[in-house]
Amino acid sequence: MSVAIPNVPARTSRRQGILASRKGRVGFAILVALIAIAVFAPLIAPHDPNAIDASRILAGPDLAHPFGSDALGRDVLSRVIYAYRVSLGVAVGSTLLAFLFGVPLGMYAGYHGGWVDTLIMRPIDMVLALPALLLAVALIAIIGPGSDVALLAIAVIYLPILARVVRSSTLVVASQTYVEAARARGTPSRRIITRHVLPNAIGPAIVQATILMGFALQIEAALSFLGLGAQPPTSSLGVMLADGRDFLTQAPWIEIFPGVAIAITVLAFNFFGDGLRARLDPRGVTR
Amino acid sequence: MSDAILTLEHVDVGFATDDGTVSAVSDVSLSVASGEIFGLVGESGCGKTTLAMATMGLLPASATVSGSVRFQGRELVGLAPEDLRRLRGDRISMVFQDPMTSLDPAFSIGEQIAETITAHRNVQRGQARDRALALLADVGIPEPERRYGDAPHRLSGGMRQRVVIATALANEPALMLADEPTTALDVTIQSQILDLLRDLRQRLRTTIVLITHDLGVIAQLCDRVGVMYAGQLVEIATVAEIFRAPRHPYTQALLAALPTQHQEPGSLRVIPGRVPNLIDPPPGCRFASRCPYVMDECTIVPPLAHESADHLIACWLSEATRAAAHPAGAATGGAA
Amino acid sequence: MSPRGRFIVRRLLLAIPVILVMSVFVFLMIHLVPGDPVQTMLGFRATPRNVATVREQLGLDRPLLAQYITWASGLLHGNFGQDFISHAPVSTLLAQRLPVTIELTVLSMTLAVLVGVPLGVRAAARPGAVRHLSEGLVIAGIAIADFWLGIMLVLLFAGIWQVLPPSGYVPLLKDPIQNLRYLALPVVALAFGETAYILRTTRGAMDEVLDTQYISFLRAKGIAERRIVYRHALRNAAAPIVTVIGIQFGVLLGGAIVIESLFALPGVGRLIVTSIQQRNYVVVQGGVLVVAALFILVTLLTDVLVGWLDPRIEEGAAA
Repeated sequence: MSVAIPNVPARTSRRQGILASRKGRVGFAILVALIAIAVFAPLIAPHDPNAIDASRILAGPDLAHPFGSDALGRDVLSRVIYAYRVSLGVAVGSTLLAFLFGVPLGMYAGYHGGWVDTLIMRPIDMVLALPALLLAVALIAIIGPGSDVALLAIAVIYLPILARVVRSSTLVVASQTYVEAARARGTPSRRIITRHVLPNAIGPAIVQATILMGFALQIEAALSFLGLGAQPPTSSLGVMLADGRDFLTQAPWIEIFPGVAIAITVLAFNFFGDGLRARLDPRGVTR
Repeated sequence: MSDAILTLEHVDVGFATDDGTVSAVSDVSLSVASGEIFGLVGESGCGKTTLAMATMGLLPASATVSGSVRFQGRELVGLAPEDLRRLRGDRISMVFQDPMTSLDPAFSIGEQIAETITAHRNVQRGQARDRALALLADVGIPEPERRYGDAPHRLSGGMRQRVVIATALANEPALMLADEPTTALDVTIQSQILDLLRDLRQRLRTTIVLITHDLGVIAQLCDRVGVMYAGQLVEIATVAEIFRAPRHPYTQALLAALPTQHQEPGSLRVIPGRVPNLIDPPPGCRFASRCPYVMDECTIVPPLAHESADHLIACWLSEATRAAAHPAGAATGGAA
Repeated sequence: MSPRGRFIVRRLLLAIPVILVMSVFVFLMIHLVPGDPVQTMLGFRATPRNVATVREQLGLDRPLLAQYITWASGLLHGNFGQDFISHAPVSTLLAQRLPVTIELTVLSMTLAVLVGVPLGVRAAARPGAVRHLSEGLVIAGIAIADFWLGIMLVLLFAGIWQVLPPSGYVPLLKDPIQNLRYLALPVVALAFGETAYILRTTRGAMDEVLDTQYISFLRAKGIAERRIVYRHALRNAAAPIVTVIGIQFGVLLGGAIVIESLFALPGVGRLIVTSIQQRNYVVVQGGVLVVAALFILVTLLTDVLVGWLDPRIEEGAAA
């Protein structure tokens, strides 16, 4: 007995685009700057990061050395810039590696379901049942320390997370009418996946990967701090933090700035990821 | 009306949103007599639920209410939150649309009724329990003793709505607002719940404001009815009067859209056009854009006026409205 | 069996393959070491005879499956093998170290829950100053790495103000006050990010519950807002909060590896790190096994608790 009259038109506010949100804009701007610093490190660093200066051992910040100097008189700012390059490289590389393998696995599992799903997701769930950092440490225990091993270990931690995210968004997309229609038309599943599922299901994984990339910097630093990541003479932010620990009270600047660099990066990736979420993962906007 | 239990005068409700203020209720005045069942009918989004929530003081912080809402002579707009809370569930209660989500899944149905009593009455737990059991029996729950400890999910939708109604009646309120109490239920369960409400009204003399989009429900249960469109109240009359001689073009369209027994299948009639955007709505009558009789005056809000003792209408087609708007020059007003 | 009972039993059964696979992984660790693990362990000065002896001690010359069965049945009897450096049984090492790790993580989680849950509830219930404060705390908790916070805490409390020791440990039973003084900084460092995470989870779960119709109905019943928030809403938000606390315990166990090393706490995490540096694979195996088992145990307890807390499981809505 109800009356068929259209409802009140709900005028939705569409805040499209990453740069429409303030957080996303701020994150994006910081990220561009940080990546530029990492890429153009040799041009930006004011000093040779390895130049030892006996007259400046543990010297505090001044105009020429705004972040001060370390136990060998090396310029901390220049060392942070070069170490940042290594750390960011590990963070980006590990996440991309996990993305490259995790996304196809999750998508394949979610699209086909059944035993394919079980076969792929069971081992992945097993990995998630272990503390992530413990897993990374165990892998390094086997292979031996190094920044490339740290990269691989972080990728192993991240792969299951990304695979899970893609799998669940694939499940949603695969049940949509247009996918079922394509299947009914007899379109090969390979084509359906690349043409329909991939573009529509990958958004949440991109968002997740962006945020994980920031956290990878924290994990890399932790591993290197323990001596399990980058090995001298390669320096990463974690190596710097480990080296400066003995001089903490005399020269706190050695410890403060690498940590600040990590914190800013994590936040920038987080904000940028939130901005992406508004565009790529509409369902996930409310956290 | 002298024995009015609830009187609304010039009530406006606006919601602040990112895109501007939504005028959800605009200049609504009405009065509900003690003991009657007053129906409030309109499409979803017409502001009828907002009006009920405003009366209860339950609107979110983004809402602003102006005008006057008097309950038993007491002004509710601007009343302290704690005083409003004391009224709610005690003197005024409310039943929501969806019984499946109205009850806290983590507590037993009995506890949820007893809680309503202890929130307002200084009674022992045992007394509250006894009263809750009596209420469960009252609303037709079989074996109340056995059901008391059940979690809500163990009950069917119809049974849950009975529990909700029992909760609403726990403290013998003077006024009950029932917002689409049967909409979410199967047809057979719907009529059982309507029978229950009718029976309870007779036994307890509770005044009921029944909010619905369903004219059939109005016809079965109500004494009088108010018709709302896009936040404005356009017509009030007895139920018999509304069905016999609807006066407002919107009410007429609403009745014409009702399916009849003789209707060809698939010939459902709809009102052409769309509801106006309630952010900065056009001035005047909000139905004007869809009204077949639209005229120049419709850009001015027509006042609600008595066409007869129990029939009020807000439309420039009505002489009563014209007279109310221009008390002196009513006689000279031209025909439409 | 009730849906709740079925849910709990299913979770218990799911843990069995996880434990099996984990044990195989840990067992294989030593075999996956590139090159000859025994040679690597003993270093290059080891004579071929030494290598052969240790290899035989570890049973590495036998078939893989036989090795696993011997190793796994040893585990069931509490035999984790022998540390070839100190010659102590690994089980003894672990028994000494495990209480430290448990104390550190449990204290950290307790602190995080005691601060995060009430703040999250308040932020959801009363938007305004508390919500802004919580937003700031969440951002700080995300950005600041636990071990770097630890370093900064040492700088402030041990370096500049000198009110707490920078590192070291006294057993709880020996001197509870000193024990807490040594644990104060590590616990705060480890708990900070966790607090932010639990706060955010609580706030989200409460936001969701407070938006439901049954909360509106409770308000329509005239129930006091305090009671609605703390008795009804929190009770319904408890299941997701407890789930997250369980999962995050794994993060704490991982974080403990770094925090123990930073503060020289003799826990399992630090044992693992030093053993990796010494290529002391048998001890690494034991440590990884114990920490992983601890996490699986916590996950199980969480599942049982959630099964008991979540009203939706009775309805069969949650799988």
